[in-house]
Amino acid sequence: MDLLSFLNFYLVPGIVLGSIYALGAIGITLVFGVLRFAHLAHGDMATMGAFLVLALVAGTGMNPWLALPFAMIATAGIAVGLHWLFYEHLRRRSAILTVIASLGVALMLRAIVQVVWGVDSLTYVGGIVRPESYFGIRIKDREFWTLAATVVLVVALMLFLGYTRWGKAMRAMSDNPDLAQLSGIDTRLTTILTWTIIGLLGAAAGFFLGINTELKSLMGWYMLLPMFAAAILGGVGRVEGAVLGGMIIGIAEECSVIFLPSEYKSALAFAVLLIMLALRPTGLLRGKVL
Amino acid sequence: MEWLGLLNYAVFMAIFIGIYAILALGLNIQWGLTGLFNAGIAGFFAVGAYTSAILTGPAVEGRLGGFELPVAVGWIGAMVMAGLIAWPIGKITLRFRSDYLAVATIGVAEIIRLVAKSEDWLTNSARGLNNLPRPFGDLDYLFSQLAYLGLVLFCLALVYLLVEHQFRSPWGRMMRAIRDNETAAASLGKDIAFRRLQAFLFGACLMGLGGALLAHFNRSITPEGIDPMITTFLIWIMLILGGSGNNRGAILGAAVVWIIWSMTEFATDQLPTEMAIQAKYIRAFLIGLMLQLVLRFRPEGLLPEDPTRAGRKTGGGGS
Repeated sequence: MDLLSFLNFYLVPGIVLGSIYALGAIGITLVFGVLRFAHLAHGDMATMGAFLVLALVAGTGMNPWLALPFAMIATAGIAVGLHWLFYEHLRRRSAILTVIASLGVALMLRAIVQVVWGVDSLTYVGGIVRPESYFGIRIKDREFWTLAATVVLVVALMLFLGYTRWGKAMRAMSDNPDLAQLSGIDTRLTTILTWTIIGLLGAAAGFFLGINTELKSLMGWYMLLPMFAAAILGGVGRVEGAVLGGMIIGIAEECSVIFLPSEYKSALAFAVLLIMLALRPTGLLRGKVL
Repeated sequence: MEWLGLLNYAVFMAIFIGIYAILALGLNIQWGLTGLFNAGIAGFFAVGAYTSAILTGPAVEGRLGGFELPVAVGWIGAMVMAGLIAWPIGKITLRFRSDYLAVATIGVAEIIRLVAKSEDWLTNSARGLNNLPRPFGDLDYLFSQLAYLGLVLFCLALVYLLVEHQFRSPWGRMMRAIRDNETAAASLGKDIAFRRLQAFLFGACLMGLGGALLAHFNRSITPEGIDPMITTFLIWIMLILGGSGNNRGAILGAAVVWIIWSMTEFATDQLPTEMAIQAKYIRAFLIGLMLQLVLRFRPEGLLPEDPTRAGRKTGGGGS
């Protein structure tokens, strides 16, 4: 295999998949870090976002990329609503109960998608897309836009967390929730803000997966393991760690088909997860361990 | 012959309730007693079912199997295998909070589902393993069902006595101490990760047994037969609704939830066919919602855990 075909068949799809996982893993790592539990409904929330774009495309005939911001806002609303309905009342009790509740939410979200849109594979736009060639490296338009949008979203999030009042509040809550509350940070509002961001990014991850492959009711659930593996690989609570972890898992999954039967792609993420937990649970960038 | 049909149906339901009760007791050791969140019950269940099927099933060209061992050996094998799969997972993740175990068990269940679906030589892929021996399978239909029910109830009684004994023993008290205050238990010199691993393996073995019981009852096991989310979820609701930490609650929960679950199937069967597929997913939505409602309004379950009873009956200590 020469370099160019390696780039075209493995590395480019790997980077695209990696940026999808990265966006998803940021959501996982934010819940883990700021709210301190494993959110098992994250994948199905991404599915919901992807199908909301489909609903807008089918309903108004608009371009899926234009529909995305609306779906992201709607999914953020859903995320905050889920928090209010199912998670908030458990906050004074053992954190693991919230994890159990989130598995129930995952099942409910998936069931809604299955009832409304069915279980067959769907696409946003029909037809075959021809990749453009740049010096022999072939990239489809949608792949280019996926990467560009991921960069914009990640940079915006980093700036928000680093330089704004509310971003600092989120980081303070992630470092030490009691101390944050004592210093006068409104932890309730910060929690809602966190869910908003998680919903926005989750919908984006779901949409990018949907537009680069196809829409299926279980697409988000199957992303859950790679997203968690990416978050733990990068270091729980670290946004840049989630991006790094997502990229590594995405590229590794696409390359794994060279030596693994493709149906076992998801076993790779699982192996990474277990190896990291066994050898270096803080992850590559020294995150938290719950 | 209306009453005969009803009797057949009641026996059929009772067998399922018995099997699910064993699974719920297994989960009660993991969650009720130790506070471990196993989100991959279906995985351990499937390992048990396939292991027993391979050990006892007939020989087929090009596939592992044909040992035709006695069914009892298959069931023991099922428990051992489920424990062997659980061991490395628990070993790695039980040092941390149970969130990690939840994710890892989802992963295990997923990998097991993939193996069951795609490995011809081991699981016969989507067609599954068939023609398994069934104890008392040669009798007439009703007697055969009744005899199998007796066998399931015998297993359930054994499991109940064993689990109940463990709950009341000093070991059970120690596990509750670890569950309720990890730091205090650790400061008293308890090896938390190791004790949790014991409980996790114990529960996993029972889940393997449950899988084996179901496989021989149906005489077959297919990947279709184990929808990971639904199976896992039903058992969780059985335990939480029945009463986490209470073994009788686990059995009661298995009966209540299985009867409700079957009733909703009756209800959805009345719907016209074009809605029947959607009805399947509406049922899934409802069990998700039911879990939320129980967590919100009756988190202690129908039969709550009774710490005074568990403490007094042990005789020693008197905490």
